[in-house]
Amino acid sequence: MERSEKLLFEIGSPGRVGIHLPECPEEPDGDLGIPAQYLRTEIEGFPELSEVDVVRHFTRLSRWNTAVDLGMYPLGSCTMKYNPKMHESLARLPGFAETHPLQPETTAPGCLRLMHELEKDLCAISGMDHFTLAPSAGAQGEFVGMSMIRAYLSERGDARRVVLIPDSAHGTNPASARLAGYEVETVPSSPNGTIDTKALRGCMGPDVAALMLTNPNTLGVFENRIVEVLGIVHGAGGLVYQDGANMNALLGKVRPGDTGIDVLHLNLHKTFSTPHGGGGPGAGPVGVRSVLEPYLPVPRVVHGTEGWRLEEGYPKSIGRVHAFHGNFGVLLRAYVYIRSLGAEGLRQVGEQAVLNARYLRKRLSGDFEPAVTSDMLHEVVFSDHSFHDLGVTTLDIAKRLLDFGFHPPTIYFPLTVAGALMMEPTECESRQELDAFVDAMLQIRHEAEHEPQILKSAPHRTPVRRLDEVAAARRPRLRWRSPTA
Amino acid sequence: MIDPDNLKYTRDHEWIALEGEVGTIGITDFAQKELGDIVFVELMQAGTVVTAGKEMGTVESVKAVSEVYSPVNGTLEESNGDLSSKPELINQDPYGRGWMVRVRLSDPAQVARLMDQSSYEAYLKQEASGQ
Repeated sequence: MERSEKLLFEIGSPGRVGIHLPECPEEPDGDLGIPAQYLRTEIEGFPELSEVDVVRHFTRLSRWNTAVDLGMYPLGSCTMKYNPKMHESLARLPGFAETHPLQPETTAPGCLRLMHELEKDLCAISGMDHFTLAPSAGAQGEFVGMSMIRAYLSERGDARRVVLIPDSAHGTNPASARLAGYEVETVPSSPNGTIDTKALRGCMGPDVAALMLTNPNTLGVFENRIVEVLGIVHGAGGLVYQDGANMNALLGKVRPGDTGIDVLHLNLHKTFSTPHGGGGPGAGPVGVRSVLEPYLPVPRVVHGTEGWRLEEGYPKSIGRVHAFHGNFGVLLRAYVYIRSLGAEGLRQVGEQAVLNARYLRKRLSGDFEPAVTSDMLHEVVFSDHSFHDLGVTTLDIAKRLLDFGFHPPTIYFPLTVAGALMMEPTECESRQELDAFVDAMLQIRHEAEHEPQILKSAPHRTPVRRLDEVAAARRPRLRWRSPTA
Repeated sequence: MIDPDNLKYTRDHEWIALEGEVGTIGITDFAQKELGDIVFVELMQAGTVVTAGKEMGTVESVKAVSEVYSPVNGTLEESNGDLSSKPELINQDPYGRGWMVRVRLSDPAQVARLMDQSSYEAYLKQEASGQ
């Protein structure tokens, strides 16, 4: 059933109010400190609404939303796992929720201790020597990591120019390297999706500062020649950055620090189950080997004779990268997740995530074509190759999935796979939920063969039908304008 | 304007048509079909020095953002201003009104090392079977 919801601007009526305020006893007089040209008494078209108007509007919109609390959300490389409600109740404890970032730090020792313990936990999980919790997302973590590499090499008088990135990498990797002042060169993948070590040797040279590597890669395949890769880069004086977006697959099994990785970011909103919340806030802590420790961002949490405090006195630091102390509420939830699961629980998370992805691959492989034949870990990528003759594309499949109540997988990424459908079920899904998803996918395959027009015009059961993505991108309408203005 | 027999192709799916020392460059019909509906084009400014195999612009479709690489070394003389308001020209007419830039080549002999039409078609077949 197609539905629509008017904008707040369209449902108000002049004079309608939500809250009746008492009369102002006297008009403020004198200079408010705001220049006259910026003061206004009327806002053209400003909506006037009652409380029930507003509550109904937003409640109706919320029912159109999709969320991991409503169903499986297999968005590949995003690790859309369920966020346990215990995290929320602990985050609302007054000692955390009512802390202000400007209160004297000596009055919030519990918060500082929690940050310190989270740093230690992330070190233990990843095998890195030190962590900063400041970056607010994976991409900012990449930028912070590359900035530290740049500071480290510059100080040694070995300023290098180039960063190598495999062609299957997340799109943020080249952007972060460029922002940190590097030129990016692409390293091709071998047919099974892993780094082509021969090509890597060819690209490596005295001007290469670092290799940015995602492991397991965006096809879900573990870089089983990681030790050789590290040897090639380290042998030529470069450093290796690991994008930890896919860390869920490695929990309790592989510690990147043990393989020799120099810098690693983790996405707490992926691996450690904090909300993705419509794009933010997230947290992208960065771990480093000891040689890079002097360059970590400030402030850093330290413990001295006067207890817990924040320290800014690190002359080689790349400086501040975030207001105050990072996204503390996100750090807190990740800490609760780690402490409530423990080492054994985290290992099970990794195992179950891999098992669930492999189960999807096993059940779907007869009807959908896997992008690679090698064993994958936490996510599986299919191409739409076997649908070409039917005239059905990845976009049609993704749109039709909405009718079955599933958020679609990541589509058209990685770019190395034509018509990619990239699925990451996470450890949170039961066998029944996975089977329901597989049934929907098999139904879609059946429709592609017998009634492809159902797919071409999907979705049918969502509040709005197929949107014109081309027009939206070419002629975006990003704001409301009063029809009378 | 562009003589199809005179086109040369890269493995990254750009074409170049050489007239004297100036080459007109665009992306191939195969490339525009793979990308899907193009919604945004960004090209380097006139006067920019471009290098064979290095980025000279980006095209964004509803599926992805892709880099466009220069087939040759030279200096960018002109970019197709129509593409900023009508990026769909690349989908509609990739070898004509969808041209992207004109480059003055520093070494026109470079063009001879690119693929001609029949080798490009063979390359596409080979790529398709590899998938």
